[in-house]
Amino acid sequence: MDLALSPAEQAFAADIRRFFSQEYPQDVLALVRDGRKLTRDDHVRSQQALNAKGWLGVGWPAEHGGPGWTPVERYLFEQELELAGAPSIIPMAVIYIGPIICAFGTPEQQGRWLPDILESRAMWAQGYSEPESGSDLASLRMSAVRDGDDYVLNGTKIWTSGAHWADWIFCLVRTEKCERKQDGISMICADMRTPGITVHPIISIDGAHELNRVEFDNVRVPAANMIGEPGKGWHYANVLLAAERVSYAHIGRKRADLAELRRVAATMPGSVAATMADEPLFARRVALAEIRLNAVEMSVLRVLCGDAAPAAVSALKIACTELAQEITELWVELAGRDRAIVADRTRADWRDAAPEAAPFAVPRTASYLFERAQTIYGGATEIQKTIVWRALDRANAGIARS
Amino acid sequence: MDFSFTPEQEQLRASLAAYLRDHHDFAARQAAVASESGRNTALWHGLADQLGLLALGGPDAPDPFDLLVVMQELGVALVTEPYLESAITSATLLRHSGTQAAAALLPRIASGAAVVVLADTERGARLGAPPHHTRADRSGDGWLLGGAKSTIMAAPWATTLLVTAQTADGTAVFAVDPHSDGVTMFPYRTIDGRRAADLRFDAVALTEAQLVAAPDIAATAIEHATDAAIAALAAEALGVTRRILDDTIAYTRDRRQFGQSIAGFQALQHRMVDMFMKIEAATSATYLATMKLGAPPRERTLAISGAKVLVGEACRFVGQNGVQLHGGMGMTEELAVGHYFKRATVIEGLMGTSDDHLARYMATAATPQPAAA
Ligand SMILES: Cc1cc2nc3c(=O)[nH]c(=O)nc-3n(C[C@H](O)[C@H](O)[C@H](O)COP(=O)(O)OP(=O)(O)OC[C@H]3O[C@@H](n4cnc5c(N)ncnc54)[C@H](O)[C@@H]3O)c2cc1C
Repeated sequence: MDLALSPAEQAFAADIRRFFSQEYPQDVLALVRDGRKLTRDDHVRSQQALNAKGWLGVGWPAEHGGPGWTPVERYLFEQELELAGAPSIIPMAVIYIGPIICAFGTPEQQGRWLPDILESRAMWAQGYSEPESGSDLASLRMSAVRDGDDYVLNGTKIWTSGAHWADWIFCLVRTEKCERKQDGISMICADMRTPGITVHPIISIDGAHELNRVEFDNVRVPAANMIGEPGKGWHYANVLLAAERVSYAHIGRKRADLAELRRVAATMPGSVAATMADEPLFARRVALAEIRLNAVEMSVLRVLCGDAAPAAVSALKIACTELAQEITELWVELAGRDRAIVADRTRADWRDAAPEAAPFAVPRTASYLFERAQTIYGGATEIQKTIVWRALDRANAGIARS
Repeated sequence: MDFSFTPEQEQLRASLAAYLRDHHDFAARQAAVASESGRNTALWHGLADQLGLLALGGPDAPDPFDLLVVMQELGVALVTEPYLESAITSATLLRHSGTQAAAALLPRIASGAAVVVLADTERGARLGAPPHHTRADRSGDGWLLGGAKSTIMAAPWATTLLVTAQTADGTAVFAVDPHSDGVTMFPYRTIDGRRAADLRFDAVALTEAQLVAAPDIAATAIEHATDAAIAALAAEALGVTRRILDDTIAYTRDRRQFGQSIAGFQALQHRMVDMFMKIEAATSATYLATMKLGAPPRERTLAISGAKVLVGEACRFVGQNGVQLHGGMGMTEELAVGHYFKRATVIEGLMGTSDDHLARYMATAATPQPAAA
């Protein structure tokens, strides 16, 4: 067993680190450090800077413009990006649909969509969930009916992150009623400007507008926008999920957060100890979070190197997201009563609204509230546990038979 | 031993609950929260005049279990009016101080005419920290006040602030008109739909009559006020978390996935039972704390801090799982559950977090009991 990074991998990471400290737009890093809300344009500039190095299409094959990294290299890249405090790549286009288009799209579709994604000319939204189909996604009802060269779409998508920024949306739709509910599902892409599509904002508990409901009322979409074969949408979506099974890990972000937490805690008075960094109960919680983080990082690397049972892979999503939530809890603990404060972080002077407050309180509380969603999306924890159980049960039956 | 509420208390609960059902549904609550001032003056006058509840903030100390009943119902209805701040925290402090200035304020709290708010907490200070940045110094016949306070809940609504300050002889409390020269208020919204403010005092001139509690009594008065406030906040939390559980049970019963009501999944049933058990533990701890409000300091501190620990745990567990079991719907401003979660989150952080109180409990329990006289 050799768990250390090779010299080449270390050099790779150092190169990425240098990029973020020198070439990457420093004003975007400053905005993040300052707790500001990023605009669409900030994200575009961030992603364009990555693409200028050929580093944006992280999971894409090289022939479509991906960097051609090994899983460990990709992991190191994300880690450095997060340690630098840069915003994560918006996943819908680059991480979710891009690799599907690479794998299952026609050359015409690839030529039409992939360059716009890499150049950040087009943002995408993911239209999977529906009001009546959340955890039970395969029960989805939005219909796509063939009419000449078009499909006609009717139905409602909900919880659509970033639909208000999106130029395109990829949807799972029902093209056929089949015995198995997974079988009649297809994947189709729609230009958000198509007549009949309306986007309705949903404000989340942190006061932000990230989510939307998207209504489709007789929306005509060219049949050429369907990905792969009709009825295979469920399969395509799942191939993708398997490839992206550690994209929620965000180890670097957690590490940067904990380091920052320690730094800030040392500046704040404790109740028993001089500072919160030495406050026994708080220090214990921070230490536990770090210990868990070290273990989770090792688990992620084990998954990337293929050394993890299927049950462990599904369980890791739970561990990573719960740890992220635990870190947000440490921040609100540190904020004490200042967690109550609301301020408008689209403004540069947002801190002046509450000049006596702990400077981190407002953005960290917003994260505490919003990150509750980590255990809801991408397969809610309860659903994930059922998957883990089935894998354990299968593995055990295998042992019993042999 | 008798754990039942008196018929009068049952009556109080029933009439308040009915009043709130009729006058303060979730839509009415949200309208008040969204308004410019954030106040719901009609409700405030209803509480004062129709229900007579502000009288519990008058010169005579009320039965703490009456306050428990009131706060629990205000929690169920997620009321944002400054009842806790004025009629409980400030009124308790004023009663314990016993000065003329204090006696003059109590009837005005009881009528609802005055909203009196204790401004004690300062930048970064954790539980029980004495005023550090705020000082009052003798100046002629009166005082000059300088310094700053942070995150004072309901301060923008205050007609009078009770400001804690360090003096040459120790901590004192002054009644300050928020509109006085030298007072700067930085008002803001809070995540639980209320208003709070940071305050700055720049050479604010005060008369001797504004000294509400001199250093000889101030510390004790503040302690009693804080303990009463924690017990009341705990009672509110019982209402808040109970409502989250009720909403979650109802939602999961109605919500269908995989061809069935999701409340039929045992994993969710057990989670809701866990939520219930946290609320039960918090309920008993809150009763104990309320009962011990008149007990000697050590006993009182153990009960109060113990309650805040378990209440904080309930707020976090019930709040987080209430959201979790609502799925995406729990993440929206649209449903009530998210707003209850946010109030629970604030309660957990007010007047010392669970960890702050656990530390205080540990320190208090470790000091030997004074020998019986
Ligand atoms: C912030 C956020 C962003 C999102 N972004 C997108 C997006 O961009 N595109 C998109 O398509 N979707 C998106 N989603 C939707 C997300 O995928 C769904 O919220 C998720 O699938 C859960 O569905 P639901 O909300 O309908 O909850 P439900 O499925 O109704 O679940 C409610 C609760 O019941 C539990 N439950 C359900 N079934 C079972 C069972 N069999 N056993 C035990 N427990 C069960 C769940 O775990 C959950 O706790 C987003 C959601 C959030 C919160």
